[in-house]
Amino acid sequence: MKAAVIQFPGSNCDRDMAVALRQAGADVDVIWHKDDALPGDVDLVAIPGGFSFGDYLRCGAIAANSPICRAIVAHAERGGYVLGVCNGFQVLTETGLLPGALLRNAGLKFVCKTVPLRVETTQSAFTDTYVQGDILSVPVAHHDGNYFADDATLARLQDTGRIAFSYAEHLNGSRNDIAGILSANGRVLGMMPHPERAVDEAHGSTDGQRLFAGLVGQLATA
Amino acid sequence: MKARVHVMLKDGVLDPQGAAVKHALGALGFDGVEGVRQGKVIELDLADGTTEAQVGEMCEKLLANTVIESYRIEMP
Repeated sequence: MKAAVIQFPGSNCDRDMAVALRQAGADVDVIWHKDDALPGDVDLVAIPGGFSFGDYLRCGAIAANSPICRAIVAHAERGGYVLGVCNGFQVLTETGLLPGALLRNAGLKFVCKTVPLRVETTQSAFTDTYVQGDILSVPVAHHDGNYFADDATLARLQDTGRIAFSYAEHLNGSRNDIAGILSANGRVLGMMPHPERAVDEAHGSTDGQRLFAGLVGQLATA
Repeated sequence: MKARVHVMLKDGVLDPQGAAVKHALGALGFDGVEGVRQGKVIELDLADGTTEAQVGEMCEKLLANTVIESYRIEMP
């Protein structure tokens, strides 16, 4: 299974993402944002966390218009897999690959802690190694993770099983405590918590490991 | 030629920063501030002949996220 981790100026979780994917058995290329093409045989594109372009204008807005993002959108439209974590989730909403937007946290504070995360669906390659209702222990570190979508969009996400993860506590003002959502075909996942920071005993939790292991396993056999 | 773009959160989208500013004004003793919405102003220096429609396209594609924001263009 071949993965591409995208690097923007200001990305800071790119290396962690590459380590987590390699640990799960993926063959990982790191791709610079000015490239306008992905490696031809790539199965998964991972957009890491960080502060791409200094969060100027809106988080993820400049990155979403960089050359590599056109290739990522085309990859997703061909049915390719995309994982966006934290700033990567913000980039995915800005490209329109995922609905809604991420606003400033309701408490206005940067939230950096390990949170209880509920698995809302196992019907995706990202979550099928979990059990629905499982409570995972995964770190968050964000200032703009307050998920917003209008009522119609929220109802659609809910009714079609596209909410992947929710916080098991009120964390940042997210509507319905949403922490991560899927695209209509289930192949694009955006989430604020950092599964790549929960893949080693030294991290204090290995609950993120199964996300990568499941994904690599599914895509390797696909 | 200058254009000015005002970007505001749409009605119905909670504005935690505006709420914090409202609270701070109250703490300073300014009574009667019933609501605060915080937005941004973007000034563009444009070549002569740039049309409002082109600025509108800039807003749609980058300057505003129309999922959560509305925009208003001021041009001479």
